[in-house]
Amino acid sequence: MENKKILFGLYDDEQILLDAVKEAKDGQLDIYDVYTPFPVHGLDPLLELSESRLHIVGFFFGVVGALTAFLGMTWIFTDEWPMIIGGKPYWSVPAFIPITFELTVLFAAFGMVFVFYAVNGLSPRAHTEVLHPRLTDDRFAIAFDTSVSSNEEISRLEKFFERSGAEVHIKNLK
Amino acid sequence: MSAIVSPVRQPLITGSKTYHQITEDICAPTEKTPSLTWIIAFAVSVTLLSFGVFCIIWTIWFGIGTWDLNRTIGWGWDITNFVWWVGIGHAGTLISAILLIFRQKWRTGVNRAAEAMTIFAVLCAALFPGIHVGRIWLVFYFFPVPNTRGPLWVNFNSPLLWDLFAISTYFAVSLLFWYMGLIPDFATMRDRATGIRKKIYSTLSFGWVGSAKHWQRFESMALILAGLATPLVLSVHTIVSFDFATSVIPGWHTTIFPPYFVAGAIFSGFAMVLTLMIITRKVLGLEDYITIAHIESMNKVILVTGTMVGTAYITELFVAWYSGYVYEQFAFLNRAFGIYWWAYFAMMACNVISPQIFWFKKMRQSIFVTFIMSIFVNIGMWFERFVIIATSLARDYLPSSWSYYTPTWVEIGIFVGTLGIFFTCYLVFTRVAPVVAIAEVKSILKSSGDQYLQVNKEHYEQVLEEEVRNNKQTVDA
Repeated sequence: MENKKILFGLYDDEQILLDAVKEAKDGQLDIYDVYTPFPVHGLDPLLELSESRLHIVGFFFGVVGALTAFLGMTWIFTDEWPMIIGGKPYWSVPAFIPITFELTVLFAAFGMVFVFYAVNGLSPRAHTEVLHPRLTDDRFAIAFDTSVSSNEEISRLEKFFERSGAEVHIKNLK
Repeated sequence: MSAIVSPVRQPLITGSKTYHQITEDICAPTEKTPSLTWIIAFAVSVTLLSFGVFCIIWTIWFGIGTWDLNRTIGWGWDITNFVWWVGIGHAGTLISAILLIFRQKWRTGVNRAAEAMTIFAVLCAALFPGIHVGRIWLVFYFFPVPNTRGPLWVNFNSPLLWDLFAISTYFAVSLLFWYMGLIPDFATMRDRATGIRKKIYSTLSFGWVGSAKHWQRFESMALILAGLATPLVLSVHTIVSFDFATSVIPGWHTTIFPPYFVAGAIFSGFAMVLTLMIITRKVLGLEDYITIAHIESMNKVILVTGTMVGTAYITELFVAWYSGYVYEQFAFLNRAFGIYWWAYFAMMACNVISPQIFWFKKMRQSIFVTFIMSIFVNIGMWFERFVIIATSLARDYLPSSWSYYTPTWVEIGIFVGTLGIFFTCYLVFTRVAPVVAIAEVKSILKSSGDQYLQVNKEHYEQVLEEEVRNNKQTVDA
């Protein structure tokens, strides 16, 4: 990945941040990202983020889990090694329900969490560069990618930060 | 700026905290050298743990003949402890999943520690089925793995196998849920740390930066995971109860078992959370985050579930009488007045009668009373499992094989050892991870912090006063 020159402003309250994001959006500024120490409600619609589709992933994995368990048990008990247990039929569906349920949950949960890590690029070996150490503490940031911006554009962004009361920083991301 | 919250709500964060103070307060215990209390507690826990390991090795070496089980009473302390620990392991996911769905804000103060406790409790529980089979080297028979024994598979119709699936799924999903919540907090700790600590937390935090899209996905996933974990929690103890309910032993063969076990599990789980939280908040100085309001909420849960459990006990007796079935009637008469009458009365006193004290607000808010009660409930719930298991078995079908059971030192040692494992894990946890979910507590600061609630309250009173004045003017006019 090529270097990115990130211009970002720090705010110390989520309400000021929300107002600033709104202003930036109204002013047609191209926000690179917003960083917050905790989920700020009301930010997603302002940034026009589309709704997360992780629930579809969860559903898909859940179906896979349910089928694995149910078809697996069916195969084992009717084909692979049919056994009469307590006079029950080989294919005793009600007895298969608990394990089918457990594997549905297991697959859905694991599938969803691993997809979550993957799409967010999170992993134990991920070396994300931190813009500012206080961003996971008590600061909120709006960041702009100014790698290819002209000086005019940068000064426009700086003015915006000045107006909205932010502390301006620049950092190069590798 | 603060959110609109009813003025009757109690603050959940006291001491007029700022975001930065929250970070400081919660990270502090992991950044200091351990206190003397911690070192002593740790030494005691590790000693217990070692004794437990010794007893487990003893059991494996000499066989379960070293336990006092006999042909009549085939399940004793082992399964009692197993069910007890699984029950305790219910509070964590209940708090983080069900209370998340119900949008209970007080959840944020205690969910992290409760989830950790869940994981350690399930770990202790899982130990017992492993060692009680006797020949631990054949323990892989538990698992449905392709094999050269025929291939002979496990019995998918057996509740014992369902239990294996339920417990392992519960453990895995709880761990996943817990770790996911820890990631943003590990990132906070990474950004405060230097040197080797920074490297470790950098790995643990998976490179979290708190981008808006990540938070959105994070919240969306937390909600779905909670939705999945909710039926999961309820299924786990339901399936544990199937171990008993699907058998043909009078006293076990009861359809009331699943809801009754689940209520009991929540009951004992919350008791253990309270025991731990009362100590933790004091020792780590987190009284501003785990407040009396939190304790009171949990006491309400204890009162409700304790009463549910009590209702179940009485329903069992009623149904035994109403069934007109003499063997069932005998099983319950024997339970209450037979050789183990003392266990039954200990159970009744601790689980049904004593929690009624929480009808009084003053008692719910007393830390001392809560602490004593939480210990009582832990004891009572242990006895409940012992009563169900041992008394039902002690008087079986043939009077000639009736028997009595007392544990040996090995069995007691293993139980004490699991307490050691549990507390050792918990103590290590308090040193390496934030005990309170930092990001989640911050997200409720503006709606539940005392300074914001105070503003709300003043505003509300002012509005109310104006309203009254206006009304009066209209009336006068």
